[in-house]
Amino acid sequence: MFEHGASGAGGHAGELDPAVERQRVLLGVRLFILSEVMLFGSFFAAYFVLRAEAPAWPPVAGLARPELPLVGFNTLLLISSSFTMQWAVTRIGRGDVARFRRGLLATLVLGAVFLGIQAWEFAHNGFGIADGVFGSTFYALTGFHGAHVLGGLLLMAVVANRARLGLVSREHHTAVEGVSLYWHFVDVVWVTLFLTVYVL
Amino acid sequence: MERWRRPGLARAVLGGVVGFAVGVLLLLGAGQLGAELKPGHLLALGYIGLVLGWLAGLGAFRFWLAWALGRPADRADEAAAHGRAGDWTRYFRFTTDHKVIGLQYLVTFIALFLLAGSLAMVMRLELAQPGQLFDRDTYNTIMSTHGTLMIFVALNAIVGGLGNYFVPLMIGARDMAFPRVNALSYWLVPPALLLILANPLLGGYDTGWTGYPPLSEQANLGEEAFLLAFITLGVSSIISAVNFLVTVSRLRTAGMSPMRLPIFVWSLAVTTAIVLIATSVVASALTMVLFDRLLGTAFFRPSQGGDPILYQHLFWFYSHPAVYVMAVPAFGAILEVVPVFARKPLFAYRLAVLSFLGIGLLSFMVWAHHMFVSGMAEFFHIPIMITTELISVPTGIVFFSAIGTIWLGRIRFATPMLWVFGFLWSFLIGGITGVYLADVPTDLALTDTYFVVAHFHYTIVGGMIFGLFAGIYYWFPKFTGRLMDERLGRLHFWWFTLAFNAAFLPMFWLGIQGMRRRVADYPAELGAVNLWVSIAAFMIGLSMLVFLYNAIRSWARGPVAAANPWRARTLEWQVSSPPPVENFEHPPVVESGPYEYGAPVSAPAIQPSPATGH
Repeated sequence: MFEHGASGAGGHAGELDPAVERQRVLLGVRLFILSEVMLFGSFFAAYFVLRAEAPAWPPVAGLARPELPLVGFNTLLLISSSFTMQWAVTRIGRGDVARFRRGLLATLVLGAVFLGIQAWEFAHNGFGIADGVFGSTFYALTGFHGAHVLGGLLLMAVVANRARLGLVSREHHTAVEGVSLYWHFVDVVWVTLFLTVYVL
Repeated sequence: MERWRRPGLARAVLGGVVGFAVGVLLLLGAGQLGAELKPGHLLALGYIGLVLGWLAGLGAFRFWLAWALGRPADRADEAAAHGRAGDWTRYFRFTTDHKVIGLQYLVTFIALFLLAGSLAMVMRLELAQPGQLFDRDTYNTIMSTHGTLMIFVALNAIVGGLGNYFVPLMIGARDMAFPRVNALSYWLVPPALLLILANPLLGGYDTGWTGYPPLSEQANLGEEAFLLAFITLGVSSIISAVNFLVTVSRLRTAGMSPMRLPIFVWSLAVTTAIVLIATSVVASALTMVLFDRLLGTAFFRPSQGGDPILYQHLFWFYSHPAVYVMAVPAFGAILEVVPVFARKPLFAYRLAVLSFLGIGLLSFMVWAHHMFVSGMAEFFHIPIMITTELISVPTGIVFFSAIGTIWLGRIRFATPMLWVFGFLWSFLIGGITGVYLADVPTDLALTDTYFVVAHFHYTIVGGMIFGLFAGIYYWFPKFTGRLMDERLGRLHFWWFTLAFNAAFLPMFWLGIQGMRRRVADYPAELGAVNLWVSIAAFMIGLSMLVFLYNAIRSWARGPVAAANPWRARTLEWQVSSPPPVENFEHPPVVESGPYEYGAPVSAPAIQPSPATGH
């Protein structure tokens, strides 16, 4: 209890203790992720309700669900990007900036390839967002997820830029940890999405 | 020229206009390439551009942008953004001081309260006599706008206003955990309000604040204004909730253990937890309506496999907990005022905290009581009825906490305390009539009648607005440094309370007679009672002029307030009125609970001198 108070509150009366700031930022990120869980939860809820009410899935004859192999490969890409991200976090925790930057870059590339394959799939699916509840739920879920991947990539680009300028170190890498939490969350959402929307 | 380049309101307006134009032009370009365009598309993308341009113009992104680009932090600019004491321009800038943001919220939403109240009087003008004064679409738009704006007021006035101002002070902190996020959450509000107020120009909307499909999917362009404004305020609430929760869990000063937190802080912690969890659900439901309207999706279109009842589930999964987002901060403000004016420790403090947590938890299990007539699954009726009635247990404990504190206290009947008594009376009626709406058989008869209108006005005005006024009269000396006029305060209380009861008690009877809500006309034999209700409603409006006069005059020329005019023990009263920009020169050390009235301890906290350090 005392250390909270002793740290004072508010960053205007001088520099804030990095450990205190780290706790605050990471708690903030976790809470924000909780609200994101509820966002995806609502779209998943809509998906399950509408699918349960449909006579068949896809309900309209002539529509086919996307082929699994390509998406499966894409899923592997995203899962491995979580590992490279976590590897980067442990590297910077030990002060190994060079390996950290390599790990971050690998994550960025894997995420970008994932997004590219998603875009290719969107363009080659035989159905659109206006094709009944099947198209609506498919594109709303994968589209929102894709937007979150894009957001994660932008954040990583910012972190990479700061690392390039020598601003990320063993003592100052809260942003890296925050981005990695967010990235793992985006990854977990994808695995759920893959299992329910593509496989099930 | 300089004015347009510096971050500020002028550049924000310019940025908003440019952003809107960019959004519209982008779409028109896409239209040239063959995309099919509806006015809703232009409005939506133009509005997103407007919000971004507005925020960029205010300078909301400048610190984050500098950080992202790896530039060194501009300490002088950061200090300027925090603001100096006595500088009035900080209320019109992207200021990061929580006290400034609190007053921005409070004044904005009081103004909105008056505006939405005037709309209610226009409605009562139409309803004063059977027959039509103006056409039904106009009435529906006024009704919908009144409802939506009042919901915004009820959600934000206490949390954003009093919460932002007093939570950091009450826990001994210098500011919120993320001051820039805090400022961002406020400055998202003006564009949303502008949009919703512009809805009559866009053809209005007739769905009320609930926006049920299929009606909301067929309504005018005004519906898009409603959806976009609601989603914007949702985003603002979510980031503000993160900020509150981190502040309360990480920024408490030394000795401020959880069981020493003022009850108002506890109420806000529970409230913002509800906001954090529930708000994205309504945002997604509204987004689905928007997609159905703009992108041709089929979420709520039965003809293509969609399900309108799904919307009601998602909507009420947020909107019933939202009732507690309105009520719980008011409970907190009421319980904060009671010990000060009864000169007794808060009765059953721990149980009251536990009740808040219980309300927060149960609030997620009751949403479907709004849907007994919707045709949802039959087996769901009884469990929802039981959980709904269960929530009266923790709510009852909050009541007992207030009454137990008053019991055998040395009561000062000052204005804030009068609002406490008004709250106890009104919320009691609101709570008891709620039982009839929670019971399935009676609800089937009473649903969508004026009984419901009377019930929720007794809970939300009787709960939230009475709590808001108790809080405003109590804390006014602290945030203005001036005392309010007691006589005018009492006049406002009695006038408002009597008029409020005169207007809404007869509505229970009207509802039982079968008068339908949200309809511009009614059977002729109900005319006399409706005329009475309309006159009483105008009386409520007039009583607000007394408040307005009192608040403005006292703020400008009232007697100067001492640091602690009510002799309260919470930390915000231990600093000057109004508090210094940094709140506390040195973090205070808390040595006893906030309500130990009558205990031999003389001061609740010590401010350590610099020599002893901290």
